[in-house]
Amino acid sequence: MNSIWTMIAQRLGFGLVTLFVISLLIFGALELLPGDLAEEILGQSATPETVAAFRRELGLDQPGYLRYLDWLGGVLQGDFGNSLANQRPISELIAGRLGNTLFLALYAAAIAVPLALTLGILAALFRNSLYDRAVNVFTLSSISFPEFFVAYILIFFLAQSGAFPSISNISPEMSLGDKIYRTFLPALTLTLVVTAHMMRMTRAAIINLLASPYIEMARLKGVPPRQIILHHALPNALAPIINVIALNLAYLITGVVVVEVVFVYPGLGQLMVDSVAKRDITVVQAASLIFAAAYVLLNLTADVLSTLSNPRLIHRN
Amino acid sequence: MNQFRKTLRSAPPSAWFGMLVIAIYVLASIFAPWIAPFGEREVVGAEYLPWDDTYLLGTDNLGRDMLTRLIYGARNTVGIAFLTTALAFLLGSVTGLLAATVGGWLDQLLSRTVDVLMAIPALIFALLLLTIVGTSITNMILVIAVIDSTRVFRLARAVAMNIVVMDYIEAAKLRGEGLWRLITREILPNAMAPLVAEFGLRFCFVFLMISALSFLGLGIQPPTADWGSMVRDNATLITFGDITPLLPAGAIALLTVAVNFVVDWMLHRASGLKE
Repeated sequence: MNSIWTMIAQRLGFGLVTLFVISLLIFGALELLPGDLAEEILGQSATPETVAAFRRELGLDQPGYLRYLDWLGGVLQGDFGNSLANQRPISELIAGRLGNTLFLALYAAAIAVPLALTLGILAALFRNSLYDRAVNVFTLSSISFPEFFVAYILIFFLAQSGAFPSISNISPEMSLGDKIYRTFLPALTLTLVVTAHMMRMTRAAIINLLASPYIEMARLKGVPPRQIILHHALPNALAPIINVIALNLAYLITGVVVVEVVFVYPGLGQLMVDSVAKRDITVVQAASLIFAAAYVLLNLTADVLSTLSNPRLIHRN
Repeated sequence: MNQFRKTLRSAPPSAWFGMLVIAIYVLASIFAPWIAPFGEREVVGAEYLPWDDTYLLGTDNLGRDMLTRLIYGARNTVGIAFLTTALAFLLGSVTGLLAATVGGWLDQLLSRTVDVLMAIPALIFALLLLTIVGTSITNMILVIAVIDSTRVFRLARAVAMNIVVMDYIEAAKLRGEGLWRLITREILPNAMAPLVAEFGLRFCFVFLMISALSFLGLGIQPPTADWGSMVRDNATLITFGDITPLLPAGAIALLTVAVNFVVDWMLHRASGLKE
């Protein structure tokens, strides 16, 4: 029992170090820019006064490490500074949107994970059948599609007839049922994008195990195929499956950016894209940090869970 | 040559399909000015005209011919994606092979740097860097090439690691071969097969990322014809039941599928698996 906690603490520590380095990178990327950020963003026509005011606003007149410490201290207290474009506090801009993005990602995950597992297990059970091959072709092509292609196909077939809205403009006052209905198309898009990979890996992980001697033993004992897969193969296939699920949930984080723009969904991704166009660097930094933190956290969770699923790994050290 | 023809004949239908599609795209991009009925940036009629005999696929939001833009898009989008991938490969494989051959602190430095760069999701990192350097085609090519080269570095280093420990490398070192010769003449030829297959896969990633950025309005800028921004500019048509904006998106999807089919076949051959 003790070793589990040490392992989790170790991974958490490592995750924190990674996050720290990422924050350095996100903040430091600005310093790498040749020339002066103020002049670069304000353009040629800026007067010396506006440039000076801008520099003071960003604290560019102070040394880099002081600004970094100041920024990091603020971030740890949930204060990301002010937006360059409209001077509003970033935490205020982000607050509602982060919730919306998480809602969309969880919604998509709630459909995609059970769907992918079921399809993958079925494909392993009926492998080389017509069903298996059809699923294989379908998933291989859906991996290659850009997200916005999938999104617009769905809009073409489902939104045009009026079955679902093509614009997911949700607001905090809406009931949960209404939100679920309005965000159905973006969630379905994300589901289609990530299910293929998860399903293929589930199938591959299980089929890999089917050649092992203990499965053959079970087969010789006369255990029905369904039970072999669910009770004998699946528990040992858990580690790779957990890993690929986490990897795809992490992928959802980036997929969400494009999908939010297509469906005009008020999430963090859309805010980020708008801010990139406006070169609102402080907002982009905050959004990048949040997305990167979610990414690191998911990978960390996957690491811990897949270790927990394998007793040999827990008792190794 | 005979060997080459034999290999081609053994290709499965999916790989044939893939090669055919790629060939058509390449031809369209080379001969774009001759095939296209109008000029790339020429406004030829009213906005959003439906399909007819003059404008085979109608016109776009500014009254430019859709088919023409689609053909030029092959040149711009695919060309830029190819250039970016090539740059990412040059950067990634040179540093990767160098890290594996030299080892020691250089390897540590490069590998740890790549670890950190890879801890940030690619699209998010690209958006961050584009905010800092500003959106333009050159910037986008450089940013994506740098981000993607980290993935190439990983593979090149891993492949080269298995090669540098071989006896013939030891022999080459004792013969007094220099670093450059060692990498290009001894290691690279043996690392080529996985790298070529990876090139195909990376091309797909880069291509999709450029399309996504252009779709978001942050990549290839108008009036250059590009598939991602064509979808964005004409998206309103979809809600009226017109499939025209889906064509550039479909063109992206088709090429990615085609490249994947060919890579699949090449990997299959390289791994020595027989049917």
